[in-house]
This record gives sequence, structure tokens and C-alpha cells, in this order.
Amino acid sequence: MSNSNSHATGSPYAPQTAAETAAMLDAVGADDLESLFDVPESVAFDGEFGIDARSERAARREVAGLLGRNADLTEFLGRGHYDHYVPSVVDDLASRSEFLTSYTQYQPEVAQGFLQALFEFQSMLVELTGLGVANCSMYDDATALGEAATLSQRVRSVSGDQILVPEHLREGKRAVLSNYADGPDLTVESYPMTDGVVDVPALADQIGDATAMVYAESPTVRGVIEERLGAIGNLAHDHEALFCLGSDPIALSLLERPADVGADVVVGDAASLGTGTAYGFGLGMFVTREEYLRQVPGRLVGASEDAADRRAYTLTLQTREQHIRKERATSNICTNQAWVALRTAMHAAWLGPDGLVELAEDCVTRARDLADRLDDIVGVKAPIHGRHHFREFLARTDQPASAIVADLAAEGFAVHAVDDHLVQVCVTETTADATDEFVAAFREVAK
Amino acid sequence: MKYDQARWTDDSEDRYEPLLSEKASKTVDIEDSSLPDDLTRDNLSLPDPAEPELARHYTRLSQMNYGVESGPFPLGSCTMKYNPSFTEDVAARADAAIHPGRPDSTVQGTLALCHRLQDYLGRIGGMDAVTLQPPAGAAGEFTGIQIAKAYHEHNDDERSEVVIPDSAHGTNFATAAMAGYEVVELPSGDDGRVDIEALEAAVGDDTAALMLTNPNTLGLFERDIEHIADIVHDAGGLLYYDGANLNALLGRARPGDMGFDVMHYNVHKTFATPHGGGGPGAGPVGVREELAQFLPNPHVRERGGNYEHYEPDHSIGKVHGFYGNWPVLLKTFAYIARLGDEGLRDASAKAVLNANYLAEQIEYEVPFGPFHHEFVASAGEQDAADAAKRMLDYGVHPPTTKWPEIVDEALMTEPTEGETRRSLDQLAAAFNAVASDSDAELADAPSRPAAKRIDQATAARNPRLSWQALDDT
Ligand SMILES: Cc1ncc(COP(=O)(O)O)c(C=O)c1O
Repeated sequence: MSNSNSHATGSPYAPQTAAETAAMLDAVGADDLESLFDVPESVAFDGEFGIDARSERAARREVAGLLGRNADLTEFLGRGHYDHYVPSVVDDLASRSEFLTSYTQYQPEVAQGFLQALFEFQSMLVELTGLGVANCSMYDDATALGEAATLSQRVRSVSGDQILVPEHLREGKRAVLSNYADGPDLTVESYPMTDGVVDVPALADQIGDATAMVYAESPTVRGVIEERLGAIGNLAHDHEALFCLGSDPIALSLLERPADVGADVVVGDAASLGTGTAYGFGLGMFVTREEYLRQVPGRLVGASEDAADRRAYTLTLQTREQHIRKERATSNICTNQAWVALRTAMHAAWLGPDGLVELAEDCVTRARDLADRLDDIVGVKAPIHGRHHFREFLARTDQPASAIVADLAAEGFAVHAVDDHLVQVCVTETTADATDEFVAAFREVAK
Repeated sequence: MKYDQARWTDDSEDRYEPLLSEKASKTVDIEDSSLPDDLTRDNLSLPDPAEPELARHYTRLSQMNYGVESGPFPLGSCTMKYNPSFTEDVAARADAAIHPGRPDSTVQGTLALCHRLQDYLGRIGGMDAVTLQPPAGAAGEFTGIQIAKAYHEHNDDERSEVVIPDSAHGTNFATAAMAGYEVVELPSGDDGRVDIEALEAAVGDDTAALMLTNPNTLGLFERDIEHIADIVHDAGGLLYYDGANLNALLGRARPGDMGFDVMHYNVHKTFATPHGGGGPGAGPVGVREELAQFLPNPHVRERGGNYEHYEPDHSIGKVHGFYGNWPVLLKTFAYIARLGDEGLRDASAKAVLNANYLAEQIEYEVPFGPFHHEFVASAGEQDAADAAKRMLDYGVHPPTTKWPEIVDEALMTEPTEGETRRSLDQLAAAFNAVASDSDAELADAPSRPAAKRIDQATAARNPRLSWQALDDT
């Protein structure tokens, strides 16, 4: 009775046959399925949503039809979401149903595989940052930053409610931070940047006793590699503020180690390894010093032993979490991005340290080369900041940025409009092959 | 009792899988970077497996992990139902892999799909407007409570408390606190439902919202829901619906019709998107008309056949850095489209029948009732956590344990619609075998999985959270 017809009018994923249903109703003493619902008549619904059931093939065709309306563009886009090539083996292994269809490891004895994979993920972040504790995921970079801000307030020995963020910060990230800051009454203020990097003297003027956290990024949202991270860290520490650094695992493979510049917390998006573009779907990384261990948000995997004295893994320090601590929990997060973290760890392992460093180095040289080529175009100056860049950079155009974006789209390319005459361009290995055509198109539209 | 479902149950030592770092590791010195020395790190030490080793490593790890396709997974409140394969193919489409920085005119397909999903979810929940942005249920709660806060502030109405029943999920309490509210915990009545007198006493001028799950975490429908809604609304508060249990009601009752003002949908539960070892999920939020002006930025609307993002007039701002967990939303859409009205109704009916059938077969005491999609049995004299470990020996995944606390030694059980009668009988046999096992047998469990009972206390007392920490000890 497992042919598709027996489920023609119901859920294809509810396997009972009609005979089984009848026998089970009998066993529970119910006349029919409807009588099982203890819903008062006054709030009962007639069941008509007006949604037609489709066959699997029709449902797929419908999605294909809808998504077919997305323009086919070669994306020279970044600003926090990056396309790096993900090897097939990552898709293949991560799709194994034991990984994909499992859940939070409440029974570690039958979840050793995922726990070990998350333990390995945490360990990779510990190596990349030099800090002692990585959790096994936040939703994305923006929510991880929000969690860092609330952590800074909790761990600070003196009261303080000011969070300082760089002037160049993705608007969406700042808006999420503002929502996290709302409940605990934190105030978020920007400090200035000059020529693409933090204006350290200006930050020194602005920071004060009320500062709970200073946030800086490297690379910045404009792709600039920050040059004075150590000085920013020192400033923060002089005021008993935490220094929170935003980055990503590829950049961290090459750039200064956060621990060496005094970072107390590292946040960012880690899905650039393992996932590629997914309309902003991300993986929030959250790494901090061991002294803040008991204030960390989210799940932590630790090593222990089983009754046979073999090494085994388990979720640990759960008294920080909402299911135990309720309103006194360090965060409300429950479902996280574990499977995305699994993919990131797989991709990092596939690349190995040589591959990661090489990829990061390519991010520097590709951006440099493309900026140089655009700079040769009449009506374009790139990069506008005389700095080192990672993956992306700003270009000033004589033409309005909105016209550049629209005209490039007509040629099949996407770039960011950042300001009236500023566009931002990002290049990775997935677009590197298209740079000749891109530069040619840019030359045309920049006239 | 059949043991053959337990694919992870293999006692042999070779099941142990070394860490990646123990298999192949390498330190690379950073020397010839095109960046100046002071901008780079000194070196990087990470695993360096070749692809075949990598494939074996993760395949082995997957074999040490129990998923929905491994066997019954009646983890209460989590709705561990079968995740259709085809939705994975849908989410893997090349034209879905787009960048969030594109202009709206170039992502009309994605926006159209989001718009249609907003509409579907609105119909299913009886809500006027739906945002897709929150990346999980708890994030949906935070979004909803921030909306409630914005609503009260908009009306110059200062309110400081959120009321939550003692049977609620931990995220409800944590969310309210995160949004800056004081939590007022509401004791449940003797029947496991909201105690109307206690509610009347708790609700007042300070009440911003009541957060409620319906059916509640005991699987019981709050029959007085209209009265509850009146009490909260009369006091000027809003009614928030925790949608974790919506799989119980599809097509039978809608939160909007019950008087709820704001709700989240938990799509990784109700709409079968895979739980991914802890996530990702998605937690869209529905509101009634009057609250639509507070929805997160941006929202998707249709204008003359085109779709666009816009910022609602009094938006609470953003709750996700971009647009939420897009691949998960895509799977949600595909699932709803596949099932349609009848499939969704059938899913709920079978989920409820399965829970009731299982509750009937097991020998543990099952207080309260009548049940919808789940029930909470009591392990009685046994320790629920020990009973759960023993169930592993019988080849099934155990229920959620020790929660909700209003049932002693709780075994919170949600079989979902994805089980046949035969697998429910096997589950019941496992429950009943454990019920008659001795305390000693429970304390020694599990014996069949490759990993024996794991020492949680030591893990917490001596935290070792990375392979670097293992080397230190
Ligand atoms: C009743 C209830 N409410 C809320 C949540 C939180 O949802 P999520 O884990 O998606 O954040 C859960 C599940 O985990 C739940 O069971």
C-alpha cells in the first residue's frame, strides 16, 4: 500500500494507510479524525486556505518558473556576503541524512558524529583567532555582534552602556545591533574613519568611562584591511571596554591574529566558507576569551569521557542557556546554524592551511589587480582608499553610481552603489574568470 | 522489539573516530604574502586531510549520529518529522544562489516567491501580514516582542511586563528579558492549562503581552482562549502565539481567529525543513493589520506586477543582517506547495492520531488530556533522563526529558505524522520495556550505542572546548 495513490488526498509524508488509520482510531476510541481535535466551535476553522496541492514535479516546476525571473548576473558583490567556490564533497557529505535531519544533541550518546564535527569547528575558530572559546554558531554576523554587545555589558565590572562602532558599517548590521541594544538600554554610537581606516585619535577622544565595547572590522565593509588594530585594542582596554573584532575565517587565515591585537571577542560571518551566496543566509561566529566562558551565548561542545573511559563529546555549560536558565540566560538562541558550521568546517578542512592561506592571499591580489585595471579607465578612480584591500574596494565614477549599476546590469554584471559617485566591487575565484568582460563593460558604462 | 533500526549501535572499538587534527595536521608559516609583515599572522596550524580522508572522516561521523531517517525521533516540542528530499533539490538551485546586494529589479523571482510564501503563511495562521526575516523560532519571538513594544510606545503606553505560563519554552522567558521586560510567570491550573484566576491576577496596566503556546507544551488546547484573549486585550496587552506547536492545528484552528495579535511560525517544525543538527531553521512572524506598520525592515510587497522591498512606516528595524534564512524559506515554500490544504490538514490529523495512539499504548502514567500532537508521560519513580538513556538500548530516540516541569520526570513525546502504526508499536514497546526495567539497568544505560553514558558533570567542571584544550591536559 505504499504507492502514491493511497496518499492522493493527504500528506505524502504521512505513511498510514486508510486501514491503519481506522484501526488506530478504534484503538483510541475515536469515531473519526476530526473528533480528536479539542477545539471549541467558536474558534474552529473550516480548513480552506486556498492552497492547491501540487505533485512533486509540479512544485519543482513552479519554483523553477518563479526563480527563472531572477536576472542572470555575474555578481561582483560583497559587503558582508561572499561567493567562494564550495567543492562538491562538502555538499555530498553535509547532505547525509544523519547530519541533515538530526537536531540539537540532547542525547550525546547517539549524536557523537555531529558533536565531534562541531568540536572540530570550534577548534578551527580557536586556531584562527587565538582566543580560547568558540561557540558552535549564532544566526549571522549581525546577531553575533548584537550578542557581543550584550556580553560586554554583562562582563564589565563598572557600569557602561555605550557601544562604539565604526562609521563605515553595513547598515543592516548596525540596525540589528540597535535592536539587540534596545532591551538592555545600550546606546550605539559611531566613531569616525579617515581614508578607509579607523581614525584612532578621534576614537581616543570619543571613548570614555561609559564605553562598554569598541567594535572594529578587518577587512572593513569597504574591503580595507585595518592597520591599527593593536592601538584600537589598547584604547578599549585603557577604558575597561571590550575590544570586539569583526572578520571572517578566510581573512583570519592571513591577517593579524585577533589575540595578538588584543581582541576580546571575534564575530563575523563564517558561511563564506562552505555555503557561497544564499541571499544573505549566514553563519554567525562567536569567539571569546576563556575568562568570559560563562557569559557566552549559544551552544558549546565540550570533550568528556563515556562510561567506558573513551573520549566523547557533549553539549556543555548549558546552565547559561534558555532551556535551563530561562529569563536569566545569556541569550534566547535555541535553534542555531549548526549545519552551516558543519559545512564551514568541511570546507576549511578540504582547503587545509595551505589552501586557506592561498585563498586569502588571492583575495588581496585579485582586489588589487582589478582595482588597478578599473583605475586605468577614463572616468574611474579605484581604489579610492590608498590601503590594502581584501576581496573588494570602492571606485569613484564620474557617472552617477546608480547609472553605473543599471548600465552594468544591462550588460549582465552586478556591483554595489554606495554613494552618489561611489561603487563597490568585489572579486573572488568565482568571478575571476569574468574580469576581462567586466572591465570591458565597465569601460563602456563609465564613459 | 526489533533492534535493527539502531544503525549506530555497534560496540566495536573501530567506531571511534580520531579528530581531524589527529589524522592530518600541518603548520604553514606565512612568509611571502604581498601584504606587509605587520598586517599578517605568523603561521596557521590546521588539519590537512586529502579529499578521500575527508570523505571517510565525515562519513564515519555521520554513522555516529541519529537523524529522522535513522528511526523514530519522538523528541517532544521539536516536531522531528520526515524532511522531503525534493525540497533539498529546490534549495540547491543555481538561480536561488543569489547575492542579497542585488537591486530589486534583478531578483523578481526571489521576491515573488517570498511574497507568495508571506501570503501562504498569512492564510495558515489567520494573520494579515507576515515577515520572513527571523532566522529561528526564538528570533521570531524577539521580533514579535519588539513589535509589541513598538506598538505600545507608539501609543505612548509604557508597559514593563510580559506574562508567560510556567509550562512555556525557555526561549519565551529569555526573549522577554532580552527585550528588556520583566517576566511574570503564570502558574498552570490543575488541568495543565492557563488558570484564569491566576491570569486575571497577573495581567494589568503593566502587561505588554502574554506569550502563549496553543496547544500548550502538554499537548492540550487552551479551550478558554477567547476568554484569555479578552482578559489580555481588556488590560491593553497583546497576545503572542508561540507557533512551535502549530503542527497540531493545521486547518482546524488559526491563531488569528483565536485572538492572537502576533505569532511566529516555526518552519523547521511545522513545515518539515530539516533541523540540521541544531539548525538552521526560520521563524517568520505574522501580525494582524494594525501591527503591520511595525514589521522588520525591509518587507516585500507587490506594486503593479512587480515586487519590491520597502520599509514599513514604524518598522522595528532589522532582526537579521540581510533577509533571513533564505534556503530554509525556499524549502518551506516547496513543502507547503506540495501539500496544499488537504495535505496540511492530513499532516495535523495524523500527527494528532499518532500521539493519541502512542499515549494509549504506553504503560507510564500520562496525566492530563485530551492530547493533540504530543503528550507528556511521567517516568514516575524512575529518573526521566535515565529512562531516556535506556530507550537508546531499545533502538529508538527518546522523548524530551524533564520538561515541562509541571509533570514529574517528564517524558515529552511527539511522534509526528511520519510514523506508521508499526513503528509506533515499536516505540511503545521500547517505552514499556524501559518502564519495567530496574533502576540498575537504567543507571547503566546505554550499553548498545558505540558511546556509553557520557559524563556531563566532568565536561562542565573541566571545560575542554577545543582540541587545543585537549593538548593542554
Ligand atoms: C515551544 C517552543 N517554543 C519556542 C521554541 C524556539 O524555537 P527555535 O528553536 O526555532 O528558536 C521551541 C523549540 O525549540 C519550542 O519547542
